[in-house]
Amino acid sequence: PAAGFNFDNAARNAAFDGLFEGGQTPKPMKTGTTIAGVVFKDGVVLGADTRATSSEVVADKMCAKIHYISPNIYCCGAGTAADTEKTTDLLSSNLTVFSLNSGRNPRVVMAVNILQDMLYRYHGQIGANLILGGVDCTGNHLYTVGPYGSVNKVPYLAMGSGDLAALGILEDRFKHDLELEKAKELVRDAIHAGIMSDLGSGNNIDICVITKQGVDYIRPFQESEYKETRKPKYKYRPGTTPVLTKKVVPLKLEVVEETQQRMDTA
Amino acid sequence: MYSVPVAGLCPQGSYGIQDSLRSGFTSVKNELLPSHPLELSEKNFVLNQDKMNFSTLRNIQGLHAPLKLQMEYRAARQIQRLPFLQSSNLALDTLRGSDDTIGFEDILGDPAQSEMMGEPHMMVEYKLGLL
Repeated sequence: PAAGFNFDNAARNAAFDGLFEGGQTPKPMKTGTTIAGVVFKDGVVLGADTRATSSEVVADKMCAKIHYISPNIYCCGAGTAADTEKTTDLLSSNLTVFSLNSGRNPRVVMAVNILQDMLYRYHGQIGANLILGGVDCTGNHLYTVGPYGSVNKVPYLAMGSGDLAALGILEDRFKHDLELEKAKELVRDAIHAGIMSDLGSGNNIDICVITKQGVDYIRPFQESEYKETRKPKYKYRPGTTPVLTKKVVPLKLEVVEETQQRMDTA
Repeated sequence: MYSVPVAGLCPQGSYGIQDSLRSGFTSVKNELLPSHPLELSEKNFVLNQDKMNFSTLRNIQGLHAPLKLQMEYRAARQIQRLPFLQSSNLALDTLRGSDDTIGFEDILGDPAQSEMMGEPHMMVEYKLGLL
């Protein structure tokens, strides 16, 4: 059996598509997302919402869409959730091995090239729209990689189903060499616009600030005001329920048999 | 070089019977055309990459370079364990340069974890020509 992807069931699955009216095959979990990135004076700010959907149902309310690639490179992923996770994991492993071999910090262009090769090989079947941002010895970079392997290098970016709304905010207020707080506000507002205008995005906003000094992964940066008050455990303090009456009945117990058992203290 | 499969003559199921549940009904179309757009390109990916690399090398350095390398590949490919055991192909990986990269072929469908194993005695006897 060959290693790698196994196409044995492809014919069977294709036959299934026409069989059940309305397609009852389970849909993969997509991240139907808003992700955005901005290059500012000292580095890169990446932002993402936290909703993962599976057709019309919210599958995960606190999904982590900003993935770690290397200490100086982080990646936001939109598209099929499993594809973005696995691809970024593979990328991170490859870059770690490379940096151990050569003793150097990986550069963002290397990550972009590896991703481009990997995604082009599968001709878009791996549904991963990724925004890669990082700081390396050559400067602050922000790249986008599409599922078919297309690459774009830009100073500000939005991807996902809510990208049009987010891009509107970014196009309006982006300037080169922003300050840190302004950049964080800009990304927060862009993701917020995506959350408000798109059904596939929602819940909280995560922000990740990458600078030469280090990384600040703020999760969540802003919580949605529609948080629910359901707790995972129901534990009430004693005295919550008022006591109306109390009746004590002592049980009379007779001693029937008494035995002694020695404890083994060897 | 590629043999055209004839429908009904070599069914893929076990015991030599067409496995209708897994592979559908027998039809010439099923066996000739790939069922997934990536099936053919993935099956031949390593081969095609090697071909491309060798032809570039030939154009840059002349015929001797790919010849010598292919001789080394052939030698490395012969370092295998017994037929029913999975071998690590370390020499081949080092020659190709894929010993420090991880791809989908290392995680998915790892032959070392496959549920089916060949019958050890039969396979060794076949290899030694005793069968």
